[in-house]
Amino acid sequence: MRRELLTVAGVERVGLYSLVRLKRGAMESGDPGQFFMLSPPGRLLPRPMSLCFATRSELAFLIDPIGAGTRALVEIPRHAAIQVLGPLGQGYRLDVERPLLVGGGIGIAPFPYLSERLGRPPAALGFRTKAHAEAAALVPNAEVVVEPRLVTELLRPGHDVLACGPEPMLVAVARLAPTAQLAWEAPMACGYGACYGCAVRVDGELKRLCVEGPVLTSHGGGLSPVMADRDAA
Amino acid sequence: MILNASGCLDALTAPEVAGQLDAFVTKTVTPLPRGGNEPARIAETDVGMLNSIGLANPGIDALIADVLPQLAELDVPIWVSVGGFCAQDYADLCRRLDREPSVEAIELNVSCPNVAEPADGVGEIVTAARAATSKTIYTKLSPASADIAAVAEAAAEAGTDGLSLVNTIRGLALDSATLTPTLSTGTGGLSGPALRPVALAAVFTAFRATALPIVGMGGVETGRHALELIAAGARACALGTILFADPDAPARIRAELTAEAEALGFETPVSAYAEAHGKKPSLPLRHVA
Repeated sequence: MRRELLTVAGVERVGLYSLVRLKRGAMESGDPGQFFMLSPPGRLLPRPMSLCFATRSELAFLIDPIGAGTRALVEIPRHAAIQVLGPLGQGYRLDVERPLLVGGGIGIAPFPYLSERLGRPPAALGFRTKAHAEAAALVPNAEVVVEPRLVTELLRPGHDVLACGPEPMLVAVARLAPTAQLAWEAPMACGYGACYGCAVRVDGELKRLCVEGPVLTSHGGGLSPVMADRDAA
Repeated sequence: MILNASGCLDALTAPEVAGQLDAFVTKTVTPLPRGGNEPARIAETDVGMLNSIGLANPGIDALIADVLPQLAELDVPIWVSVGGFCAQDYADLCRRLDREPSVEAIELNVSCPNVAEPADGVGEIVTAARAATSKTIYTKLSPASADIAAVAEAAAEAGTDGLSLVNTIRGLALDSATLTPTLSTGTGGLSGPALRPVALAAVFTAFRATALPIVGMGGVETGRHALELIAAGARACALGTILFADPDAPARIRAELTAEAEALGFETPVSAYAEAHGKKPSLPLRHVA
């Protein structure tokens, strides 16, 4: 892991979300599904964010401004700088034959980078509203549903599912696709195994999501991570 | 001398952070393995951070068999934090660790706000631990004591070699939408900036009450904060919450500490020891210098 002060190249609205683009300096982009800790100005703790995409000169993060920390991140002025630590955790395994990306809401954040690395496979995305669904434009080859329709309606057998989204969606996906790779979220203070705050129950034991995950294989339901406290984000 | 606060660093997942320390303090180990409290376990507040990890640890058997051999390879002195629910637990843990040459010191965690309080008082616990080991013992106290000087004196009389001040203090955060507790356990331990003046007062008070070396901790984020703890009577300082935001904090704070001390006319940070008390007591320097 590497910690560096990165300059904000720009912040763009994508539907109801914001894409925060940082000049990447010497930071590695890591594997899709890995995450970075971004330090919001004026807050005590950094926030975990998976990488949305990387260019030669930038790293970009798709952020849903729902709490004090995430709001501070999307309001950073251009040319300001923030501390970034990463890449962290375990990302998606890319040795899959028939990938299908399944995402819900802000859970699509790692998919542009993942899609690029997998050769733009099909994606199934679900959103709460049409305004949220505008972010689907970031993901190639995506089929999109908006509530009350659910993304699980789009799952077809015979795919290697790589999913990210809210816990109820991941639980539903794991039921339909027992070998799916699922990216979970949990409140985290450090992102590198120090705080033990991001515990999730994996096969009956509480383990650190930042070390074991955030991408875990579902193993047919032996896993019951904990919903992130979105209000604290 | 800069340490980590127990429970704020895993040296095996972040050896490059542990390598910046003068000693690594383990997460508190208990007689049996503990999974810890149910999530959610952490919450940020406007003035600090709450945690309710609940002493998650592999237990003393696994620590000795699996963890200590790996820690020993890191070439950083090891302090083991121990916790229990009665004096006998502490005695048993200290007896086991007494046989481990890689352990330099034992910290008695008698003050975790997230589990049931030990049935015995601090004096009984330290007495039992002292009888079980000849290793250096530091006793970690709560800042919530009504009379921290009396608790420090009791620990001193029972044979502790030093004090770790302070543990977190109990706090509560409510979800902004539901007004229900954010943490699964309701309350948790408050750390970070809000704890800083509390820690400073505890170190200041315990210094006056006892002649014991003190490891000061609580909200240290900069060299200036560390220097103030030293001036209040700490021989060393430990870093907690800042490690979550800044894994480079030990090296940074060490450099800042030297610069801050020099800027105030002290030859070294140690020269500022007990400056807040307006005197320079000559105490034996044990592990902490």
